[in-house]
Amino acid sequence: MRQKVLEVNSVTMQFGGLIAVNDLTLFADQKEIVALIGPNGAGKTTAFNMITGVYKPTSGHIALNKLNITGMRPDRITRLGMARTFQNIRLFKSLPVLDNVVIAQHLRIKSNWLGSTLRLPRYNKENRLMYEHAEHLLEHMGLKDVIHETASSLPYGMQRKLEIARAIATQPVMLLLDEPAAGMNPAESMELTQLIQSVRDEFDLTILLIEHHMDVVMDISDRIYVLDYGNLIAVGTPAEIQANDVVIKAYLGVAEDEA
Amino acid sequence: MMSERTNTRESISKHPPSVKKNVNLYSVVLSALLLIVLYFVLMKIEGSANALVPRIARLCAINIVLALAMNLINGFTGIFSLGQAGFMAVGAYTTALLTIEPARKLSMYIVTPIVKPLETLTLPFGLTLIIGGLIAAGLAFLIGVPCLRLRGDYLAIATLGFSEIIRVFIMNAQSLTNGAQGLKSIPPNATILWTYGVALAVIAFMALFTTSSYGRALKAVREDEIAAESMGVSLFKHKMMSFMISAFLAGVGGGLLAAYNGTIGQDMFRVMQTYNVLMIVVMGGMGSISGSVIAAFVVTIGQEMLRVLDGPINLGFWKTSGIAGMRMVVFSALLLVVIVFFRNGLFGTKELTWSGIVRNIEKLAGRGKRGEVA
Repeated sequence: MRQKVLEVNSVTMQFGGLIAVNDLTLFADQKEIVALIGPNGAGKTTAFNMITGVYKPTSGHIALNKLNITGMRPDRITRLGMARTFQNIRLFKSLPVLDNVVIAQHLRIKSNWLGSTLRLPRYNKENRLMYEHAEHLLEHMGLKDVIHETASSLPYGMQRKLEIARAIATQPVMLLLDEPAAGMNPAESMELTQLIQSVRDEFDLTILLIEHHMDVVMDISDRIYVLDYGNLIAVGTPAEIQANDVVIKAYLGVAEDEA
Repeated sequence: MMSERTNTRESISKHPPSVKKNVNLYSVVLSALLLIVLYFVLMKIEGSANALVPRIARLCAINIVLALAMNLINGFTGIFSLGQAGFMAVGAYTTALLTIEPARKLSMYIVTPIVKPLETLTLPFGLTLIIGGLIAAGLAFLIGVPCLRLRGDYLAIATLGFSEIIRVFIMNAQSLTNGAQGLKSIPPNATILWTYGVALAVIAFMALFTTSSYGRALKAVREDEIAAESMGVSLFKHKMMSFMISAFLAGVGGGLLAAYNGTIGQDMFRVMQTYNVLMIVVMGGMGSISGSVIAAFVVTIGQEMLRVLDGPINLGFWKTSGIAGMRMVVFSALLLVVIVFFRNGLFGTKELTWSGIVRNIEKLAGRGKRGEVA
């Protein structure tokens, strides 16, 4: 039996009187690609923020590889093997592309600040490996030609890819992608679909993604969770979700003659 | 799977970047040459007939230290701290108290006698600089615990407040600091070698630290805190590291300033002192080491050169017998011009590097040749 990498157990997030996410339970098996979909404002990003530690859930438990990470700081969760991208791209804009990916490996550094400043042999070795790994990663993502460009000068699609590369550089077991295909045309989202599958295989990742492009979601997801107004309304394979009446109603509304 | 990954790493490392090695070599040679030139220039300045010249040269070096200290926290880490003057005061008083001769101390403390161990204790100048820096860093830790949880303007106000608290404490700790009377007869240890030695050491430290993995993490915090935290950078730890190192360097700079001035008082360390340093940092470029160094020279020398404006002026159509503070009016206007037309300072976050200079010379030479052809 495959191991559950991510387990979210009846998690609720309440902002004052508003229940953004209500009693959400989901899991992701090793190397599975799981999608979280739902209309705007359904609570998808809130769920992401709870899983990655940005918000502390009002109640419930979240576990990564059986380890309870509920309410931990984001940097600690990342150190334990969870990485993410952002819906509205958050790169280190004025830094070179290469540095963006190198910085993401800082969390694994063993040298202290003084040893690093004095360029002790151990630091030099660590630093060289960080750069080599970053170059390798950027080559894999098709960004080899722009490694010395400033991150903000990249075209939109490349910035999205760079965010994924940067997340992978933290050496995660679990990768969370918040609308990776947002703003992409059909050809680009097709390419992205292949890229996500290839990084999953190359780096042994379990992936949870939020996405509005249904062709992308149906194409790559092993399982899909559907949220509406903070409530989980359906779970299943892409085929099951496409045939689910509740999901169709949530997305398209109810036809007048049915009501 | 795992072995595959290490294989790719090895295959890359088989091709070391040989170009980079050459660049490093000629940078080292050129830097060494520059140091030798600098040494002779400084010796020349030291022997200058005008006693003011070596004094200003020393103040330039002290301002480099102070500006780099502030640039680390404000420019490289993106934390708008205004606590500089407080940390400088700590360093200045530490150096003063540990270097003034015991007999002088005895005659200075009129209101209340000086506390016991300090009465007779004197230490070597270099050691007192380090002790002053360490005390400032320790204080930065205590101030940082509440302050670094704040952001933006709130943090600026909180650090400003703590800086004032330090000053008021100094004013009232009569038996320790001699209160409002201040301290005098501080041995003039801030020679040209000491000031430039420390300045060069701080420049070297900053260049190495800001390009290390930790320095890169600080820049990440500056660029985007949320993203940095999501990439595993502990915000509190890294902000605290930057804040403490900055305070250490400010303490060392304060110690140099005490030895340079000969007398110190709590009045020297008002907020105005912080703004003076901030002016250098902003003018040079937040996040640029070479910018801070050059701006330290420009501002220090500029303020002295503009001193003539305070004296009598006769422009033919307008005469004055001297307005005190006129130079600051003109200087502030010049600063405004810099801020308006070079929003990011002279350098922005860029650095002056040998390879950059060579590239520019090549570009200029290329343009010259093309000109000849045309």
